Amino acid sequence: MALPIDKYLRVAKMPHIWCPGCGHGIVTQAIVRAIHELELDTEKTVVVSGIGCSARAPGYLHFDTLHTTHGRAIAFATGIKMAKPELNVIVITGDGDAAAIGGNHLIHAARRNLDLTVICFNNNIYGMTSGQYSPLTPQGSYATTSPYGMLEKPFDLCNLVIGAGGTFAARSTTYHARQLTNLIKEAIAYKGFAFVDALSQCPTYFGRRNKLRTPLEMMNWFKDRSVPVSSWEKLSPEEREGKFAIGVLTKAQATELTEVYKQLIEQLQQRGGE
Amino acid sequence: MAKNQARLLQGNEAVVEGAIAAGLRFFAGYPITPSTEIAEHCAAKLPVAGGKFIQMEDEIASMAAICGASLAGLKSMTATSGPGFSLKQENLGFAVKGEIPCVVVNVQRVGPSTGMPTSTAQGDVMQARWGSHGDHEIVALCPASVKEAFTLTVEAFNIAEEYRTPVVLLLDETIGHLREKVILPSKEELVVKDREKPNVPPEQYKPFAMDQGRIPGVPPLAAYGEGFKFHVTGLTHGEDGFPTGNPAIAEKQLRRLNEKISSNKKALCKVEKFFLEDAEVVIFAYGATARSARKAVRDARAVGIKAGMLRPITIWPFVEDALLEVKAGRPKAVIVPEMNLGQLVLPVKSVMGDSVPVIPINKLAGQLITPEEILSAMKEAV
Repeated sequence: MALPIDKYLRVAKMPHIWCPGCGHGIVTQAIVRAIHELELDTEKTVVVSGIGCSARAPGYLHFDTLHTTHGRAIAFATGIKMAKPELNVIVITGDGDAAAIGGNHLIHAARRNLDLTVICFNNNIYGMTSGQYSPLTPQGSYATTSPYGMLEKPFDLCNLVIGAGGTFAARSTTYHARQLTNLIKEAIAYKGFAFVDALSQCPTYFGRRNKLRTPLEMMNWFKDRSVPVSSWEKLSPEEREGKFAIGVLTKAQATELTEVYKQLIEQLQQRGGE
Repeated sequence: MAKNQARLLQGNEAVVEGAIAAGLRFFAGYPITPSTEIAEHCAAKLPVAGGKFIQMEDEIASMAAICGASLAGLKSMTATSGPGFSLKQENLGFAVKGEIPCVVVNVQRVGPSTGMPTSTAQGDVMQARWGSHGDHEIVALCPASVKEAFTLTVEAFNIAEEYRTPVVLLLDETIGHLREKVILPSKEELVVKDREKPNVPPEQYKPFAMDQGRIPGVPPLAAYGEGFKFHVTGLTHGEDGFPTGNPAIAEKQLRRLNEKISSNKKALCKVEKFFLEDAEVVIFAYGATARSARKAVRDARAVGIKAGMLRPITIWPFVEDALLEVKAGRPKAVIVPEMNLGQLVLPVKSVMGDSVPVIPINKLAGQLITPEEILSAMKEAV
């Protein structure tokens, strides 16, 4: 399907600030394609971000957009969605943004089941500040703040969301751009809190320090380690070592918060009107 | 049908009544003593009024959520106390920079840190002014009674909406928990103001225009979902709301942001003058402390001391003009009682200069300053 670029992008704000080879353009494109294929009303769609490389995406997207403080995008988005439940609210966040400084907001939004779509541009590094380790940096990897290799274990963000009671979690990568688009589409269409872990390459600040100097090497690194969720189920813990599942990891029916709140208001006002 | 309108209300409760009367439709908060009743009353009353309440996971998220809701078009508020007020500062700065109308209530308790959570204080006066980083203006209002907790909450919303700015409502624990008999203004008596909306097509809309708006320098604000497709960022931005690194544009925008408040001090700065006309000794007091000062002035008058009080209702911007009038009356002294180590003494001194002695009375440990203490300071001064 041909994309009417001007409808979705603020072309006048280009060129973007991302480095050559960065995966964030691919994820942004996947979001735009998903919105286009779902035929969302561009006047009723709000895109919210935090701070970091990912956070600059909304500036290029032609919707109501909000570039907030570090880690807090989901909290700002909560206010927007509660205030106007009829809006489609999409949150773009980075891995440092979502899992470190904003981890608390992520788990609580999942628990509340507020109808937000959260897409994590996960490049497993702090790119904007030039390459410090994040809670998603693989163990042993090098970053400016892990000069001897990353000592800590990383998060599995989908498992975190599921553990917090989240009812939609999916993962894909920039290598799997078509799948990523479909997953984002499914996430936006889902009524409730939906989380997509979108692995995105940062050859500049992660790849160069980890023998993955080119975007292609990084994308192959995604390809080689990813396992479709159907096959993932059959793998032993040893076979899963160093790999990750892609696809829809969980999808269940659950009561959504703004719906519940709407019912409460109606009940209270009926009672008051009697 | 004559009906007794008198009600027994708590200060914190009056804030919620005032807020809903002013059009509050979204509250996000986090429990903290001594402000919790505000969240509790909002939880009970907002959905009845068709509004929304949410208890967020922390203070930071509460401040963020009210910014989001306000951008979506709802009048929004949060409430907290010292430690929570510290946590809110980053997103309070975001509201300043994004020019997002909202009200932040701080019911002050003894600090620093956890301090004395149930004890009264006025120690956050300077934090209200300078708590967030970078050059910015802030509006802060300080009620001294339960009725004023109501009326100033309405005023806080009006200022927030008219000036596209966060407004801090500074209560102290005493006023927050005080119960008084009050007769609240009727709906007809209330003046409720709403933000100015753009009247241009979306493609011409500049959310941070230099030269638009009823109040110069306060551009109209669209709401998300109305088709304007506008961008809000904490990055320094141009008129269109997009980041700029151009020093000339940045300087202009940052000056506008500050001057929209600082050049409207006359409209924003409210004071109460109590026996000031012939006063030889003037008390400068606010919040709960002003209640002791009021009695001290009466007691002083009874023993022949010409005492008066200037009570700043607006704490920020600072009430310089009213103090200059006091100075012109050549009082023998200005006494500044505060439940802190003298946070407003310096601004008072900077107006008085060397010509009028400025005498602080300070208490730090959650004890009210008594009328007797103020009276004895007056006796010494005259």
